[in-house]
Amino acid sequence: MTASAARAEPAIEVRGLTRRFGAFTAVDDISFDVAAGEVFGFLGANGAGKTTAIRMLIGLLAPTAGTARVAGFDVATQAEQVKRHIGYMSQRFSLYEDLTVRENITLYGGIYGLSDDAIAARTRDLATRLELERELDERVGRLPLGWKQKLAFSVAVLHDPRVVFLDEPTGGVDPMTRRQFWERIYVAAAEGTTVFVTTHHMDEAEYCDRVSIMVDGRIAALGTPAELRARFGVGTMDDVFVRLARPGAAA
Amino acid sequence: MSARATPPRRGAQRTLGAFVRKELHHILRDRQTLVILLLMPLVQVLLFGYALRTDIHDLRVAIVDPSPDARSVRLRDRLEGTPRFRVVRTATTALALEDLFRRGEADVAVVLPARFGESLGRGEPTEVLLVADASDPNTGTIMQAYVRAALAGFEADVTPQAGGPVRIRVESRMRFNPTLESANLFVPGLIALVLTLVSALMTAISLSREKERGTLEVLLVSPLRPWQIIAGKVLPYLGLGFAITCLVLLAARLAFRVPLRGSALLLLAESVLFTIVSLSLGVLVAARTESQRAAMLGALVGTLMPTALLSGMIFPIASMPGWLQPVTFIVPARWFVVIARGIMLKGTGLAYLWRETLVLTGMAAILLVAATRSFHARLD
Repeated sequence: MTASAARAEPAIEVRGLTRRFGAFTAVDDISFDVAAGEVFGFLGANGAGKTTAIRMLIGLLAPTAGTARVAGFDVATQAEQVKRHIGYMSQRFSLYEDLTVRENITLYGGIYGLSDDAIAARTRDLATRLELERELDERVGRLPLGWKQKLAFSVAVLHDPRVVFLDEPTGGVDPMTRRQFWERIYVAAAEGTTVFVTTHHMDEAEYCDRVSIMVDGRIAALGTPAELRARFGVGTMDDVFVRLARPGAAA
Repeated sequence: MSARATPPRRGAQRTLGAFVRKELHHILRDRQTLVILLLMPLVQVLLFGYALRTDIHDLRVAIVDPSPDARSVRLRDRLEGTPRFRVVRTATTALALEDLFRRGEADVAVVLPARFGESLGRGEPTEVLLVADASDPNTGTIMQAYVRAALAGFEADVTPQAGGPVRIRVESRMRFNPTLESANLFVPGLIALVLTLVSALMTAISLSREKERGTLEVLLVSPLRPWQIIAGKVLPYLGLGFAITCLVLLAARLAFRVPLRGSALLLLAESVLFTIVSLSLGVLVAARTESQRAAMLGALVGTLMPTALLSGMIFPIASMPGWLQPVTFIVPARWFVVIARGIMLKGTGLAYLWRETLVLTGMAAILLVAATRSFHARLD
């Protein structure tokens, strides 16, 4: 994580971020920092407010109170700049299945304003890295799921965003593919991209530099996986999660 | 790869270009839909032209003539001589009529008064009773109009000095559609229908597909602005709509010799305007629905049905109930049908169609803004 040391400013800076829907508070006054180049795990049970929080950070939802700065820009007032400097891979598969691998890369390269030369160079580069040279002109829909997801990730970081948000990126794939996927994440982080990832696979939480666990709209715990295991006196992140999400059950 | 270049600012056009190309790929790659989209208008032209005619051929006429003389026979000859009519019965009393109608053997009966010829000869006013089988009211009205036209022609022959409101009305209608061909009336409406189908329905489906698959979210997180997403969706379908308009016009011309008396350029320009209105409606429908299926239903009920039923393309607005007529004002196709009929059948120019054009332009402006807003609205 040499690239992260170069930048003093946190990649994500959240202060008192709150979102209410009517009387319901989905995200309740959360604060945290994510350092540049860090792999930050954002955990929580379904309905804990993860998705609402991530939607505010990527500029899809306006905060009710509090501030959040992503890549140095305020999400409420500088949403356009934020969008230029982040990548996003949604829960659902985000490439176009009826377009070829090359066309998908060209599309997203074009949307992020890369030049034709840059797009061509990155297409070659990406094909070599993912060993997709022969599939470049295949429709994405014909690729196996694991490849699709690796490709979706590579496309999300195609424009070298400062921060990439991954919302449940490994849903529905086998452990082996998940491992390969995480190798891609480490490569991106090593190159200086901050990775903000939500997951409900607790083994994946172990791969993160730091994790936060949301319960009922608040951040109930935040630290490195080792710290959290030590604090709760348990052996795995899974147990940490169970303690926090269902305190009664684990006591 | 590690060079963290800030994407260039000039991107707006490039970005849009990349997006439009992607939409074109979608359209061209979905061969099945594309073929349907191109064939359907042609099938509809043929259907409307051949099957759904409201003009009636082979009209079966019964004539009741209590006191036949030279003049009344001349009238009978005239009716029989009209290619559209077939005289099935000539009687001296009206008693047989009831039975004839019940058995469905006659469509219209012309009942002459006693001493019809004598009164006519003296220049006295005469009353001719017209009875039509109006089990289908529209058809009944049309059949009456045909017979009235024939009677007026006869009246003019026999007593050139006579003139009544009936004759004038008939004449004015014949001027633009002398043979009362319904294909002429349908084709402008058909263009509206097909354009609505392609633009409103297809954009609604394509946009809600992106919503359903989650790709729309990725687009909204990207630097693409809402207007660019909408423009990217709208432009390719605008092109497709344009191509289909040309296709329908050509098919109508070749198959039914439907005239294009006015400016083709003006008609195409107005079609583009109407397409923009429909496309915006499609975007709005997609913004308010959560699935492709719902969007399709929404587009069908919200745009296609009003276009078919309330635009005046099939059912004349003038024959709608009074409370319904103002409702047609909010149906874009109602205005477009007037414009298209004007240009195609009457050769009217913008000088007479500016009001309708203005209404459509206003609708396009309001709907485009509303469609773009509907994207912002999703974010809160």
